[in-house]
Amino acid sequence: MAEYSALSLLKNALSGNRDWKPAWRKPAPKPSYDVIIVGGGGHGLATAYYLAAEHGITNVAVIEKSWLGSGNIGRNTTIVRSNYLLPDSIRFYDFSVKLWENLSHELNYNVMFSQRGVLNLAHNPGQADAYIRRGNAMRHGGGDALWLTREEIARKVPGLDLSGSARFPVVGGLLQQRAGTARHDAVAWGYARGADRRGVDLIENCEVTGFLRDGDRIVGVETSRGEIRARKVGLAVAGSTGRVLKLAGIDSFPIESHVLQAFVSEALKPFVDCVVTFGGGHLYMSQSDKGGLVFGGSLDYYNSYAQRGNLPTVEDVMSEICAMFPSVARLRLLRSWGGVMDMSMDGSPIITKGPLPGIYLNCGWCYGGFKATPASGFSFAHTIARDEPHAINAPYTLSRFERGAVIDETGHGPTPKLH
Amino acid sequence: MLISCPHCGPRDLAEFSYQGDATRIRPDPASTDAKAWYGYVYARPNPAGRHREFWQHAGGCRAHLLVVRDTLTHEIYEVTFARPLPGTGETA
Amino acid sequence: MSPRRAATGGLLDRTRTVRFTFDGQTYDGHPGDTLASALLANGVTLVGRSFKYHRPRGVFTAGIDEPNALVTVLKEGVREPNIPATRIELHDGLRAESQNRFPSLDYDFGALNQLGGRLIGAGFYYKTFMGPVIGPLKGTRFWMLCERFIRRAAGLGRADYGKDPSRYERMNAFCDVLVVGGGLAGLMAAEAAAKAGKRVILAEQEPAVGGFARWSGETIGGKPASVFAEQLAERLAGLDTVRLLSRTTVWGYYDGNTLAATERVCDHLAKAPKGNPRQRHWTIRAGKVVLAAGALERPIVFPGNDRPGVMLAGAVRRYATEHAVLPGDRTVLFTNNDSAYEAAVAIRRAGGHVTAIVDVRPSISEAAAALASEAGVVPLTGQAVVGTSGGKRLAGVTVQRFDAATGALSGDARPIECDSLAVSSGWQPVIHLASQAGGKAHWDEALQAFLPPQPGRSWTGAGAFMGRMTTAEALASGRDAGLDAAGKKPSRAKLPEVAPQPLDIAPAPVFEIKAKGKAFVDLQHDVTADDVRLAHREGFVSVEHLKRYTTLGMATDQGKSSNVPGLAIMAEARGIAIPEAGTTRFRPPFSPVAIGSIAAERYGDLRPDRLTPMHDWHVENGAAMTPAGLWHRPLVYAAPGETVEQAYIREAAAVRRSVGIVDVSTLGKIAVKGPDAAEFLDRVYTNTFSTLPVGKARYGLMLREDGIAFDDGTTWRLGENDFLMTTTTANAGPVMQHLEYFLDVIWPDLRVHLTSVTDAWAGAAIAGPNARKVLEKCVAGTAVDNEALPFMGIVEGAIGGAPVMICRLSFSGELAYEVYSGAGHGLHVWEALMEAGEEFAITPYGMEALGALRIEKGHVTGAEIDGRTTARDLYLDWMLSKKKPFVGSALMDRPALIDQNRIRLVGVVSLDGRPLGGGAHIVEKGSLDDLGQSIGHITAFCYSPELSKYIGLALVRGGKARHGTRAFVSDPLRKRFGPVEIVSHHFFDPEGRRMHG
Repeated sequence: MAEYSALSLLKNALSGNRDWKPAWRKPAPKPSYDVIIVGGGGHGLATAYYLAAEHGITNVAVIEKSWLGSGNIGRNTTIVRSNYLLPDSIRFYDFSVKLWENLSHELNYNVMFSQRGVLNLAHNPGQADAYIRRGNAMRHGGGDALWLTREEIARKVPGLDLSGSARFPVVGGLLQQRAGTARHDAVAWGYARGADRRGVDLIENCEVTGFLRDGDRIVGVETSRGEIRARKVGLAVAGSTGRVLKLAGIDSFPIESHVLQAFVSEALKPFVDCVVTFGGGHLYMSQSDKGGLVFGGSLDYYNSYAQRGNLPTVEDVMSEICAMFPSVARLRLLRSWGGVMDMSMDGSPIITKGPLPGIYLNCGWCYGGFKATPASGFSFAHTIARDEPHAINAPYTLSRFERGAVIDETGHGPTPKLH
Repeated sequence: MLISCPHCGPRDLAEFSYQGDATRIRPDPASTDAKAWYGYVYARPNPAGRHREFWQHAGGCRAHLLVVRDTLTHEIYEVTFARPLPGTGETA
Repeated sequence: MSPRRAATGGLLDRTRTVRFTFDGQTYDGHPGDTLASALLANGVTLVGRSFKYHRPRGVFTAGIDEPNALVTVLKEGVREPNIPATRIELHDGLRAESQNRFPSLDYDFGALNQLGGRLIGAGFYYKTFMGPVIGPLKGTRFWMLCERFIRRAAGLGRADYGKDPSRYERMNAFCDVLVVGGGLAGLMAAEAAAKAGKRVILAEQEPAVGGFARWSGETIGGKPASVFAEQLAERLAGLDTVRLLSRTTVWGYYDGNTLAATERVCDHLAKAPKGNPRQRHWTIRAGKVVLAAGALERPIVFPGNDRPGVMLAGAVRRYATEHAVLPGDRTVLFTNNDSAYEAAVAIRRAGGHVTAIVDVRPSISEAAAALASEAGVVPLTGQAVVGTSGGKRLAGVTVQRFDAATGALSGDARPIECDSLAVSSGWQPVIHLASQAGGKAHWDEALQAFLPPQPGRSWTGAGAFMGRMTTAEALASGRDAGLDAAGKKPSRAKLPEVAPQPLDIAPAPVFEIKAKGKAFVDLQHDVTADDVRLAHREGFVSVEHLKRYTTLGMATDQGKSSNVPGLAIMAEARGIAIPEAGTTRFRPPFSPVAIGSIAAERYGDLRPDRLTPMHDWHVENGAAMTPAGLWHRPLVYAAPGETVEQAYIREAAAVRRSVGIVDVSTLGKIAVKGPDAAEFLDRVYTNTFSTLPVGKARYGLMLREDGIAFDDGTTWRLGENDFLMTTTTANAGPVMQHLEYFLDVIWPDLRVHLTSVTDAWAGAAIAGPNARKVLEKCVAGTAVDNEALPFMGIVEGAIGGAPVMICRLSFSGELAYEVYSGAGHGLHVWEALMEAGEEFAITPYGMEALGALRIEKGHVTGAEIDGRTTARDLYLDWMLSKKKPFVGSALMDRPALIDQNRIRLVGVVSLDGRPLGGGAHIVEKGSLDDLGQSIGHITAFCYSPELSKYIGLALVRGGKARHGTRAFVSDPLRKRFGPVEIVSHHFFDPEGRRMHG
């Protein structure tokens, strides 16, 4: 298949764009593969890509219930960052940012990763200390972080309410300049095309309905398109983790599925350059290349598999964005949507072999799955290919909950709240 | 979403605070069975469908309610007090 | 006289003239006009530029579905971008600007994008701009360079940064029946439900109810349809069980039949009357909903279909009838159904000229033919428009023979001169709210449209929304829906006659004319039919992939006119039927809503302010206030010219030397009462409270279930079964909820009652060697000497005549007391304490001095109890009872929680005489240029007046084992690096002699 480039665009334009080929094939499932990845979202597609690209394992099928990229990869607020507090998190997400930085080249697909920076606003001295602790942790972990004064913030982000009379006055902010945004759908499509070009079968509209067993061992899946066997089955189904594990007979797991809403305004000429988060509540906002302000807040906070939220959260989020940018009150909300989050009990993911022989599990992404996509796929592929974790996902075990070795970034404990 | 508080009547979601899965059983306080405590503190059935869960009417009577709700549709089937009524040993 | 306004007719107030400006040019209109109708009346046809190619665009619709005529409204000194001109009611002084053009609407550099043509088709940006792999533009740099230009070219209107000066408000409403849509179906439903005794709210997004009846030209029961609708509305307005809301868009259908609506209260006025909000956010909880949202017309896709002057036929009909405006001098109609013929008649009646009716169908009904002849034109059947000409305004169309069955064109293309083209490919019910409610739409072959899902328990539907397109059906289905919502059976009573007889609305299944040239599906986003086919070719065939790859339907109109044609083109490319291609799920809002309106009363007032009873005193006495959660607390009481540091050092020194006073009203306070209260406390605290004597207090620690430290505070035993628990300020709410959960859910057998009394008590702590002397001067009714009031003792007495409760406990390490009074007496007691303390130079102190004093003592707060530390990490092991289980005891000693290498509490002393910093890290070696490995971090620091050094608390790997060792503070964010000594966190008076004294 042809490389994408300015030249290929020109050539195809001259022939009326009639010669473009499908970005990926639409194969029928084969009876067996070396590896099956359940879940054709960002993480599943990235895993398949890295299995092929890094480990030479190409006899792989990604099976997806719906269309590729129909889960949270296609319904997030597109933020990429590694501004974490704890060393395990910093190592993992910094690795991810490094993969992001070269991802468009790696995939020959413009995922539009734009390192426009993520700025966390702090509103009182205690919060400032907490952010500075985090920024210093990032720096000591080899990453980038800057502390901005209110005056520096005023220059960087016009329109913020930086007045002393604000309900939560801004005292400073933590800036990670290498962070930014990417085009979410493009990430799914880029990985899909990359995996497909290396021989991976991407099978859409194929729902897993059960698991094939040989004794204790999982040896494949039953699907709406028939049985498919494989030596190894990787699950990367995010919010559906509970449902899929139930099919494997696992009835209880440290994950809850919750709905998170996201919002976009009408398109505007450039309004805000970097990603800004509000510390007087829970809100993050950026502007897409098309011009829409993209923003989100907290979970609705009740177990849900419905991709729909409710009004109180909508009202909270709108209140907070207006408190941060008072001129936004006059702008208009265009669309809202909901995604189902796989909330783990410490806010950190699980990327591991098991919990049954033949199964490999990737879940627990909470709000943060999008930015993790490359590192998640990379380390999950490593875990599947080598039967042992990569250094970056070694802490993300399932046993950590029992041992007390949780990776609790927010300190909220064993609840999905606010992770 | 509206939740019918047995004390206060149907009230908006905004008045309630979610308190999570109601099917887990707390081990005996003196137990040191790590598996049992893991099961209580960390593991969840997380069903797609009917879910027994606690809500506190935090902006109202502050009672904890036992709610049966569908996690696929958000439809609420049943709301009772989490705490048995005095003298009855039963929930309302 | 406006060039295109008919001399008579229309629902306008011609006695008044309204003056407005568009792009700086002044025009006139009448009340009853929209900005769109007034611009059309003035002959203004070029009103906007499209998103991508910056093509010139004109008004396309007459309503909410407008993709082209988006303007920025300038009002109250702020800009409001992207408002459809079709939705702006004309008022005096209205100022509007066109968008997405530079330097002007007429001459727009962005139009150069059109030269890119096929090069910049759907998804082109995914295939390029990746830049070089090496060199200065490697990584993301090349893309980011390109992106800067792309971002400037994209976007529509420009927002500004000025604060929106408007006020918004919220209304909570409850009704038995909510009717969405004030057309005939909705009005009939509202009347039927109200007559059945139900409380009804009817919401209509337009300024006036009536909908289609306002411009249909029909008669109902012999009366003009618009009059029939008005009279029906008047009858409803007379009922006190009915609330009619106009200018109110119901935009969200949420769980539990909760619907969100926005009422535009003042947007149509030059100036909002005093006391009125700009918009009002309605949250409506409805027993049942009647959806009567009508239908929207769809265009036909053909080359050149975006030229200014091309409009939907229904819009032309509406402008001609309701606004007496003709879109042009010579109008051509292009249709696949009969409804366009009514537009032809409307043009004729308004005095306009219909040049031709081009109909893709090989033959038409007699009724349609009769209308054509009334309009003075012979229809060109079996033909299609295959192109248009003109620059910034339509100059003509090209017509060719067309086979509706095969889509094939034949014969010669003939030009027809015209300056207006009205198009229609049938009508699509507005099913958005039903889709939001969760149902799946189904395809109706006859109407070639998606109909809503089957009505369920929560809603029912009526009129065009249900595919009942004629007026007679709207009346009947509206009445039945109203009755159904009221729990009644359908009525058989006769309804008034509608004249003339309705036409057959069913369209021929033709959505696109394939000919040479750019044919637009999504006008605003410039998505062409070829883009849809390109998406198909590249495998983006599912409806969601189509939408995301091409951006079809993602513009401000959310594809209201483009979704169905786009889907039809994809279905044809795939060789499948339209319903097999699927439809997207609609999500709130139905149409764009001002973000401030949803924030409502919280815009400008995000959260409540919690103020202690002494708040005003603090402010009057020079306190700088700082937020602490929702509370405001004094940071320091700086004297003129003092820095924060100077102030807190002075305040803390005064406490150590003589006496200070601090407001502690914000501490959480929970009354724990009942026969099992002591047992309950034993279970939730790590230490024992059942042994606490009445009249004494004890410091307590709580863990979470997972064994991590949760909160600390003192609990006072006021009586055998009566305790007053205090919590940290930040955890007052979480602790209350934690306790209530255990009582309700885990230990329902315990006879304990909890009451949050945080706001009932005001608290002042007085601390320092002279604290007792101050009390002795002002406390009546009790002695306060060491015998009467020993350490951790509690007495009741009075200060200044106000009853108080005094507990001798210390956070500062000094001889100290907490004095609690009823909140209403708080200020009075505070002032009495200040007066009594005058001779000892009593010094009020704030959070900073409080912090300094506790750091000197090594007391922990939220910076150390941060949700990750254990009691052992904080060297609070002594508080962990071994005699009883407590919340957290089972899990607190898991392997990873007792690892010796965890970060644990220590003290640090700055060895270079410079300040430390909260959030700074600790390293064993390194420098700012070569950062070492972090072994922990500083949680809090201060200058210690007692030790004359900068000291801090820190969590450091290994904790105590490092006492006496050197390390470095490493704070690259603040560019601070320097030597520290790690010491015990008990800096000052470790034996506690001062507080026991």
